[in-house]
Amino acid sequence: MAVTTTKTVAVDGNTAVAEALRQLNPDVMPAYPITPSTGIMQSFTSFVSNGKVDTEVILVESEHSAMSAAIGASAAGGRVATATSSQGLALMWEMLHIASGYRLPILMALVNRALSAPLNIHGDHSDGMGMRDCGWIQLFCENAQEAYDNTIMAYRIAEHLDVRLPIAVNMDGFIISHSIESMQFIPDEEVKKFIGEYIAVDPLLDIDNPKSIGALVLPDYYMEHKRAQHEAMTKVQKVVQDVSAEFAKLFGRKYDIFETYRLEDAEVVLVALNSAAGTIKDEVDRYRDKGIKAGLLKPRLFRPFPYEEVGAALKNAKAVCVMDRADSYGGFGPMYMEIASALYPHRGPVLFNKVYGLGGRDLMPLDVDQVIDETIEVAKTGKAKMAKEYITVRN
Amino acid sequence: MSTTQEKPMTLKSLSHKQDLLSGGHRMCSGCGAPTIVRQVLLAIDEPVVIANATGCLEVSTCLFPYTAWRVPWMHSAFENAAATASGIETMYRSLRKQGKLKKEMKFIAFGGDGGTYDIGFQALSGAMERGHQLLYICYDNGAYMNTGIQRSSATPFGADTTTQPAGSKIQGKTQRRKDLTRIMAAHNVAYAAQASPHNWKDLMTKVKKALATNGPAYMGIVAPCNRGWRTQTNDSILLSRLAVDTCYWPLYEVEGGKWTINYDPKDKKKPVTEWLKPQGRFKHLFAPGNEGLLERFQKYVDQDWESLKKLQEMSKS
Ligand SMILES: Cc1ncc(C[n+]2csc(CCOP(=O)(O)OP(=O)(O)O)c2C)c(N)n1
Ligand code: SF4
Ligand SMILES: [Mg+2]
Repeated sequence: MAVTTTKTVAVDGNTAVAEALRQLNPDVMPAYPITPSTGIMQSFTSFVSNGKVDTEVILVESEHSAMSAAIGASAAGGRVATATSSQGLALMWEMLHIASGYRLPILMALVNRALSAPLNIHGDHSDGMGMRDCGWIQLFCENAQEAYDNTIMAYRIAEHLDVRLPIAVNMDGFIISHSIESMQFIPDEEVKKFIGEYIAVDPLLDIDNPKSIGALVLPDYYMEHKRAQHEAMTKVQKVVQDVSAEFAKLFGRKYDIFETYRLEDAEVVLVALNSAAGTIKDEVDRYRDKGIKAGLLKPRLFRPFPYEEVGAALKNAKAVCVMDRADSYGGFGPMYMEIASALYPHRGPVLFNKVYGLGGRDLMPLDVDQVIDETIEVAKTGKAKMAKEYITVRN
Repeated sequence: MSTTQEKPMTLKSLSHKQDLLSGGHRMCSGCGAPTIVRQVLLAIDEPVVIANATGCLEVSTCLFPYTAWRVPWMHSAFENAAATASGIETMYRSLRKQGKLKKEMKFIAFGGDGGTYDIGFQALSGAMERGHQLLYICYDNGAYMNTGIQRSSATPFGADTTTQPAGSKIQGKTQRRKDLTRIMAAHNVAYAAQASPHNWKDLMTKVKKALATNGPAYMGIVAPCNRGWRTQTNDSILLSRLAVDTCYWPLYEVEGGKWTINYDPKDKKKPVTEWLKPQGRFKHLFAPGNEGLLERFQKYVDQDWESLKKLQEMSKS
């Protein structure tokens, strides 16, 4: 099949995601403003005001109500999307579990931002990591193009009949949401064809077949519900791979459950999510030019986490530094814990953890070089001098 | 004047309609709430979709794998019945607009007083302000009954609850209750009313009006709870009648800024002690030395009743 001619544009991440949402044309979008995701909602409501979408927007009075309305709307029987960040996501937390527990394929654009306190509006992953156990599918994106593409693919993944789970598409606040990049849009008709018609499963508005949604479930049945949810999660990875393969065939851009960059023979490996991966790739190139076998693994699908594949991809490295843009205070960074679990069966490389970029602190190429230098040292000695450490931070 | 045509509602005609909340649910015998729900559902001729806040009504009517509801019903959490209903109603409008759904439907949210006056207050205010086409009904039993009779902002003055218990220093609730129906009327909703299950005709007429009106509607309905009020299981209709006859719970409605008292006992207005006396939760108020508290209770009722009459008078023109 021929690759579609796409349109090259220069837009920021929020505009890219808003454009994807316009093309997806959800039936309902409850939304509430919060920096840095507000731009998505503002662009989208201007589409509504100008008749560019069929969507009914609900300008709710809080994010708790945004997710509650999303749950009601999705259960009613149609496509639903919303966007938020940080405190907004934190306020939704109770309802995030209910969205997944009811198996509702709601789409959320999550523009990653630090959580308060102290109050901060800039990018880190503490919001996204905070929803790790909420039963949502989580995709992470390096740049505006990936955010756009993943948003286009999101309903196909979430609505798959083996899955029916909510999905969050993450991108870095400001670094991506507010930076203009050159990227490509897919034509409207192609998106429409790609996502297809919505298939409602047991919609509440099927008035002739009344359903009760949201029963009280006591110890006699609760665990069966939870296991069913777990099983649905185990089907996600294949669906992500299939949908991505179809996307690549149609539109030319390839995605897998994670991205490897010069990883095949790498001895010195960094693991990082989102925008930092772009900087790291440049530095990996510089070290490769110097003859050092450096590489990167950038997870895309964080929930469900592809432990086996990640373990296999990293097992031959000598040292792996896991970079976390979030912390689990008193524990390792959340990404580190995943990588450690993935590598456990292999007893392979020496692992260590760096926490970077909290509250939007820059990660400069020189900072990455320091991390790579240390990883080289660890590979040589077979020992990490610090299991976990904050970098680019005042003493 | 309301523009709805009222079809004659008789007990005989209603007895031919199917109960949309079936028997066999787990609410306590003699509970006022299911009586209210059945009256509400009997009043409606169109298809209806229900959202329900966490609370006694919700946990007792849909216990997996059973449900008592013969209409589409959804519960998602405690504080968000109004927001959940907003989402359902908005999806309905979106699908209708796009020609993907043909049938007409009505939308009702049920919440207890805790889920409405307290934790769900913001979601309710937001939904009413946005103007969704839905009727929010609070069945008001004056405490968090489901979790064991804790105080809410709807709990009457002086009532003994498990979190403001009557003791040697404190005689139950020290504050007067929040008047939510008036707060809803202040949202300029299309329709706001108070009703009571002892007057089924009034209650059902109000439900019909609320659903026929163009815009959001709110109803507060007094819901005796024999567990929390500490009364006999066969007293809930009597107690809801006394709540109205003493003017503790006046029956009134607010339509387009016009306030109408639907039942004025005039010189038959009973002292509030007649409503308080049969209820164990007020027993301590009748102990010697607490006469002042009873007087205060009566004063609050009289103040509210007089100001309600003024609102009716003022909006007459
Ligand atoms: C966020 C949250 N907080 C607390 C609870 C616990 N809870 C469940 S029902 C309830 C009380 C319900 O009271 P009300 O709304 O008056 O309904 P009733 O049970 O009296 O009918 C409480 C406190 C909860 N489910 N969710
Ligand atoms: S505790 Fe009260 S409100 Fe709850 S079911 Fe029993 S009587 Fe009804
Ligand atoms: Mg209550």
